[in-house]
Amino acid sequence: MTKARFLIPLFLFLALIALFVVGLQRDPREVPSPLIDKPAPQFSLPELLDSNTTFSTADLQKQPVSLFNVWASWCVACRQEHPFLMELKRRGEVPIYSLNYKDKRPDAMAWLNRFGNPYTAIAFDEKGRVGIDWGVYGVPETFVVDRKGIIRYKQIGPLTEQAWQETILPLIEKIRAEEG
Amino acid sequence: MLPEIGNFALILAMTIALAQGVVPMIGAARNIPGWIAFARPAAWTQFVLLVISFGILTHAFVSNDFSVAYVANNSNSALPLMYRISAVWGGHEGSLLLWVLLMGGWSATVGLFSKRLPPEMVARVLAVMGLVAVGFTAFVVFTSNPFERYYPAPMDGRDLNPLLQDIGLIMHPPMLYMGYVGFSVAFAFAIAALLGGRLDAAWARWSRPWTIVAWVFLTLGIALGSWWAYYELGWGGWWFWDPVENASFLPWLTGTALMHSLAVSEKRSTFKSWTVLLAIFAFSLCLLGTFLVRSGVLTSVHAFASDPTRGVFVLLLLGIVVGASLAIYAWRAPQVKSAGNFALLSRETFLLGNNVLLVVATATILLGTLYPLILDALELGKISVGPPYFNAVFVPLMIPLIVILGIGPLSRWKQDEFPRLARMLRSAFLVSIVLGVVIPWLLFGKVELMVVIATAISVWLVYAVLLDVAHRCRHKSSFWKGLTSRPRGFYGMSIAHLGVAVTVIGIAFSSYYSLEKDLRMVPGDQLEVGGYLFHFDGVRESHGPNYTATEGVITVTRNGKPVTTLHTQKRTYTVQQMPMTEAGIDAGLFRDLYVAMGEPLGDGGWAIRIYYKPFIRWIWLGGLFMAFGGILAASDRRYRLMAKRTAPSGADARLAAQES
Repeated sequence: MTKARFLIPLFLFLALIALFVVGLQRDPREVPSPLIDKPAPQFSLPELLDSNTTFSTADLQKQPVSLFNVWASWCVACRQEHPFLMELKRRGEVPIYSLNYKDKRPDAMAWLNRFGNPYTAIAFDEKGRVGIDWGVYGVPETFVVDRKGIIRYKQIGPLTEQAWQETILPLIEKIRAEEG
Repeated sequence: MLPEIGNFALILAMTIALAQGVVPMIGAARNIPGWIAFARPAAWTQFVLLVISFGILTHAFVSNDFSVAYVANNSNSALPLMYRISAVWGGHEGSLLLWVLLMGGWSATVGLFSKRLPPEMVARVLAVMGLVAVGFTAFVVFTSNPFERYYPAPMDGRDLNPLLQDIGLIMHPPMLYMGYVGFSVAFAFAIAALLGGRLDAAWARWSRPWTIVAWVFLTLGIALGSWWAYYELGWGGWWFWDPVENASFLPWLTGTALMHSLAVSEKRSTFKSWTVLLAIFAFSLCLLGTFLVRSGVLTSVHAFASDPTRGVFVLLLLGIVVGASLAIYAWRAPQVKSAGNFALLSRETFLLGNNVLLVVATATILLGTLYPLILDALELGKISVGPPYFNAVFVPLMIPLIVILGIGPLSRWKQDEFPRLARMLRSAFLVSIVLGVVIPWLLFGKVELMVVIATAISVWLVYAVLLDVAHRCRHKSSFWKGLTSRPRGFYGMSIAHLGVAVTVIGIAFSSYYSLEKDLRMVPGDQLEVGGYLFHFDGVRESHGPNYTATEGVITVTRNGKPVTTLHTQKRTYTVQQMPMTEAGIDAGLFRDLYVAMGEPLGDGGWAIRIYYKPFIRWIWLGGLFMAFGGILAASDRRYRLMAKRTAPSGADARLAAQES
């Protein structure tokens, strides 16, 4: 019995290894959200830049297709993604809405002042409640939402030119074609 | 041609490492002197080959040889020479080559400074290090080879990530890796001692300086990384509880526990199997960190290129190294006898408290880091764990740790009396409570509970350290004589402990009393922050070797007297088209003035962010104190003397008798 306790670290470690083996087979960036092809969760939040107005799920359904980008000023990867969002805004192919997630208003506004604002409108989710409804677990994330309010795709991690050209742009064209 | 030679040298180094891992190990088990003696020359040869390999890769960078894929991906002909050299470890492949090189360096150093250790001990230590080196070199050779070629060679390279074009990041990875790999020495000593059945005070004494040196490097590496994040990422944060940061912090916490546990093992011959386990844990966490960073199982702000084959390889390596060492532990550790016993109130108990708190802190941070992965693997959903969790669990553990950190050095080994300690520390208790309130109030005019706690425990710690110094010098004929008669190890400990207080003050004051202003400024505008008047002079164009920049100039005055002129830049790096902000910082011991420039807002206006950050330098200053204390302790005379001692000391003799 006294000897058995020296085996405890080994068994704990083996359990950890088993966990990693499972973890390795799942790519945290690619696993689809359970919300894909489901209606987008409903919410209504104050606008970040103008707290007198609100932003709700309905606002995402004004165009055939919209991007909904989740970001925060404390998120370093968001900063990396940001120039590409500015580029997307310049191209003007699709409106970019966003959810400012678990952030402080002055921080978020300062961030936009410093790096530029690519967003058409920004929902301010200070407590992160809406983020949880949307299944946000790593920031940045970007959802593609169509006019019916259905989430068609979710990109986890920064948007890149490659992901845009290979996955998102074809999807957007498909959604537009569906609307005909 | 040269890169092929580099590749060849690397493969040769791998085979030598294999021989270094196998031959001396068998030699030590079977007692074959020739095989035992093989360890040192093998370690040296391996190191020389790795130096050649690394040197050739560096040459490829310096000479802009873009036919080497790794160079083409991480450098550019316009990149300044300094960054071309640091770009060698700017990417995945090169940073692993650096890891392997440093590992070889540690092996060679152990070979050099172990002349007076028993030969079979040296053989086992170097063999264990050789086996670990085989794994990592194979990782480089088979999955991450930096010498692969591009045909045809591109005209120019893709440039180094602009975030890495910085002095802080030139020094950060080598320091961190020196620390990571350094713990392999403590690990190898532990495994060698387990295998040889020599888990005695002598083993603890040999391990101590190596462990301290590794810890010093890790401390400096973490401090550098945090300092870099502060000035380069641009919003004044210095720690983010990111998985990659945690990966370096976990071995640091365990390493700190190990240093203290080794002290008990050496002085009192107890805690031995616990110490061995800590040595295994510390290095395992270094490997785990590498796995987490390189495999991409966790999403991290550091966003390293990740690759599933690499993940599988590191996992395999982690499984073999840690699994084997824990199996050896389970097999050999039950035979270890703890010699000393101690009373509830004794220095052993305080050090045990230190160990328990540090290990619990490690476990909670590890849990927080792995929790998203655990839930995902069990299909319970996906979540992220952020700073609120880490702050909520870490801070309450550190407060009691610092309180006992003050008492520990004052207490006696084996048994102490409560009245004695209480008498010594009564005044410290009162002074720390009073100053805990008075200092923040005098400096900042307002008092916050967390700041009072932080100030009080820091004052407590400083007071206790000074009391300890005074106490130990009191019996000498003069105070000065007393001071000079104390060994370096004592001063090392005291200075490192003071460093903890310095860092705590820095964290508390800068977190609670920083001032921030974000505003639109047109040239000529001015604003007062923290008693300083910031005057926006205007912007001008400027350009560097591989970027163009818009530079904002802000003059700072205080009561009409000029203080400094700050320059903040928005840079665009021409090759990667990546915008970067360079903050303008006026650093000071008691405050930093920090300005960063944002987007142009039209009509000549710019978004400007101004910070006043009191005592922020103290965070890293404390780190320097800790590192300096570590260097003093590791260079203590007795580690050099002990090497000369041939007759085993009491504890050694006892264990030797048990064995025979």
